[in-house]
Amino acid sequence: MFNYTFHWRPALNALPQMLEGAVVTLQIAVLSMIIGIAIGVVLAVMQGSRFRVFRGIASAWVEVARNTPALFQIYMAYFGLGQLGIHLDSFVALLAGITFNNAGYLAETFRGGLRAVPRTQVRAARSLGFGAFDAFRLIVMPQMFRAVFHPMTNQMVWAILMTSLGVIVGLNTDLTGVTQELNVRTFRTFEYFAIAAVLYYIIAKIVTLGARGIAWRLFKY
Amino acid sequence: MIEIEHVHKSFGSLKVLDDVSLTVNTGEVLSIIGGSGSGKSTLLMCINGLEPIQGGRILIDGTEVHAKGTDLNALRRNIGIVFQQWNAFPHLTVLENVTLALRKVLKKSRSEAEDIAVKQLKHVGLGDKLTTYPGKLSGGQQQRMAIARALAMSPRYMLFDEVTSALDPQLVGEVLDTMRLLAEEGMTMIVVTHEMQFAREVSDRVAFFNQGKMEEIGPPEQIFDAPHSDNTKKFLANVR
Ligand SMILES: Nc1ncnc2c1ncn2[C@@H]1O[C@H](COP(=O)(O)OP(=O)(O)OP(=O)(O)O)[C@@H](O)[C@H]1O
Ligand SMILES: [Mg+2]
Repeated sequence: MFNYTFHWRPALNALPQMLEGAVVTLQIAVLSMIIGIAIGVVLAVMQGSRFRVFRGIASAWVEVARNTPALFQIYMAYFGLGQLGIHLDSFVALLAGITFNNAGYLAETFRGGLRAVPRTQVRAARSLGFGAFDAFRLIVMPQMFRAVFHPMTNQMVWAILMTSLGVIVGLNTDLTGVTQELNVRTFRTFEYFAIAAVLYYIIAKIVTLGARGIAWRLFKY
Repeated sequence: MIEIEHVHKSFGSLKVLDDVSLTVNTGEVLSIIGGSGSGKSTLLMCINGLEPIQGGRILIDGTEVHAKGTDLNALRRNIGIVFQQWNAFPHLTVLENVTLALRKVLKKSRSEAEDIAVKQLKHVGLGDKLTTYPGKLSGGQQQRMAIARALAMSPRYMLFDEVTSALDPQLVGEVLDTMRLLAEEGMTMIVVTHEMQFAREVSDRVAFFNQGKMEEIGPPEQIFDAPHSDNTKKFLANVR
């Protein structure tokens, strides 16, 4: 039916190289989540703000991030900003694009999570003498994170998979980038990408299971 | 001393407090009774500045609560308040619930905060629940924890807003006992309550609120046995 002989040995020999790529992939995903969570919290708070400007900026971010392809967002961070004279290298552009996407999705998630924390908690905190910021940081935010932990884990997995879009801005150090270079050199497309797929799968699973472990330790109540 | 002078408070067009004036002296226990929606909870929230007012003023030891320059966070450290329910921070253990404000607001060290917290929690009978999460406590235990948490800040005043009304009848007693003890120790307290027997026993004075107005105030014997106002009479006839 098809005329293709599998050559797994050379592909497997490239495994160390691919694992190095996997580390870069994980780095980008983790960084994009950390920054994305920070921005997402700020956007979620801005969406509940009294001030229209804040609500406007936050909604615009969320709308664009959630309703345009992630690929365009990364493309814009690299080529779009490049045309405006802001030249990011491919690693940073990919990180920026995914972070933008993460922040948008997470803001929406956090907004729902904030609604799950009763107003009475803020009242109780303020009446103990906590300032507004401390009440948010120490009382509201921890409870919000519990409410949104699972959607946050999903976003992390999504961030890992999005890193594969780095090839379109010329990133050749992440898992997909490394795989693509090997592929171009050898044309063993199936083997290399199959191994890469397995690696993505394993990373995603580890993250999901790890998150479950963290949740178990963190949310005992 | 808490001085409430001609306070007006509305939510939009709804008038909730209408020219309320009263003074609570140091060491005094004032109970506030009155029908649902008469503005009792709102008054407590105005006293510690959680709610703005539209007229009059409230002074705590001479500091005007709603004046522009007033540091509300500092003021609130002197005023403990316990609400009807949902006081507990569910993500923190009983001990952490009490130590958090000691550490982050009063800037005490962890060990100092824990000493104070353990002492207060023992005082309200929760010495064996330090590492429990509030979700595992009964309603009465949660309320006692909230009282301990407020007391740990060494407030000069304690405000209670129907702290027993969400509890099963068999749990009411333990919370009232805690408050009774506090009254005996000389704490200045404003107690919004539906427990008439308790109000009669512990209060120096009782105030009756009706539709945003303070209808009558006086010693418990007056309010409960010989009320001057017909509305007070009607209210008491209904709750008995
Ligand atoms: N945040 C708010 N926004 C709008 N209206 C409010 C708000 N809080 C209270 N009210 C209204 O103000 C009035 C007084 O409420 P308040 O809670 O002070 O009464 P209360 O005397 O404590 O009653 P209860 O005995 O039922 O607790 C009620 O009509 C209530 O609906
Ligand atoms: Mg009330």
